[in-house]
Amino acid sequence: MPKRFVASMVAVAVVLIFSACTYAQEQEVARQPGAVYDFDKKGEKPGPAPKRDLSGVWEPAAGPGAGIHATGAGEMPSDGKAEHELPYTDEGRKTFMAHKPTFGITQVPSALTNDPMPGCDPQGFPRILLHNFRTSRIIQTPQNVVILYEFNKKWRTIWTDGRQLPKDPESPTWGAPDAPEARWWGYSVGKWTDDYTFVVDSNGFDDRTWLDNAGRPLSDRLHVTEVYHRVDDVHLDMTVTIDDPTMYTKPWVALKLRLRLQKPGLDIREMECAPSETQEYNKEFANPAAGIDGK
Amino acid sequence: MRNKSIGVFVSLLAVLLFSVPMFAHHGSAAFDMGKRLTMKGTVTDWIWANPHCFLKYDSTDASGNVVHWVVETSNPPDMINSGWSKQSLKPGDQVTITVEPVKNGRPVGHLLEVILPDGKTLSAWGGAKRKEVPGNGF
Repeated sequence: MPKRFVASMVAVAVVLIFSACTYAQEQEVARQPGAVYDFDKKGEKPGPAPKRDLSGVWEPAAGPGAGIHATGAGEMPSDGKAEHELPYTDEGRKTFMAHKPTFGITQVPSALTNDPMPGCDPQGFPRILLHNFRTSRIIQTPQNVVILYEFNKKWRTIWTDGRQLPKDPESPTWGAPDAPEARWWGYSVGKWTDDYTFVVDSNGFDDRTWLDNAGRPLSDRLHVTEVYHRVDDVHLDMTVTIDDPTMYTKPWVALKLRLRLQKPGLDIREMECAPSETQEYNKEFANPAAGIDGK
Repeated sequence: MRNKSIGVFVSLLAVLLFSVPMFAHHGSAAFDMGKRLTMKGTVTDWIWANPHCFLKYDSTDASGNVVHWVVETSNPPDMINSGWSKQSLKPGDQVTITVEPVKNGRPVGHLLEVILPDGKTLSAWGGAKRKEVPGNGF
């Protein structure tokens, strides 16, 4: 083996190692002021998980960007890779192709999108989890679990009082005297399957929402399963599975995200979708960027 | 022996290459991906709002004409996480800006980096050195 060849290989390897390290150092680590992330606690040994406790302020453990999935569901982004191709039905693929998202392999410029969310239509569920999961507060009461979400300042209720999901997801209701109505946020019930695992089932969705930011579709037959597993005293693992027989031929896992518990006083920032601000943004930026401002 | 050494080298190379974060094309249909323009300018307005903050500034082109630029960053919570604030810029500030422009030639783009009057540098979208601009989902 020529020594010169070996020396060349080592030199290339050294350059690549140095480049990777330099890149990492030059990366500015985004962080929410006051939040604690796993990279702040290298080598920590967390304490044991409390039983049947999800309460608190939760932040993506790997950093604020870890919950942001611009190109669609975190486990199955719309990136053109074969392993991320969703199991569409014919209806699902047709609906997906009719959507014009601003991210993913079918993206269009912002000014040309038909995404309902930028115009301040409700993002709804489960898109709140699959698109912009940010600082969230979980509140447990004897009857329910309430989650407050930062993105567009939303909340949802998961009932733990023993009620069942609406039997007819296409005409959903909790029962008399409530009349049936599909909801942007659906209907959710939850239960503990052991002392550290909380499982949530949801149905009854308004199908005007998109499933994720890449325009994946959902129908009124969507059933979402969330599993929250309390790993230790500071970590909570969230897994989201999609089952929608109108749009997909089989269930698929959309998201796996580890959350880290924050101090109770951590502020959940205000993040609102204001139509006036969106109009100003479109006029000043999005329309000129797409060349459709008539100038 | 030579084949084994080459195999080890190729494996090491593969590990190193895939250790560097690779950023896919994110929400930049209108943008000239990878193109960078750096210029001096005078801030005329700094809009701190959803869905994106955006900066308006005047710059002089090679012919001496004043060009009115509009460049966007991410939303306010993301910008706070990266050290920005509503007070980071104000009309009249003399700045140096690096942008990723749009494809249609309009003075519009992603704001990647700005050097403030006090010399401090603020970055957005991962900064000027980021090969491709990631998105936040808006």
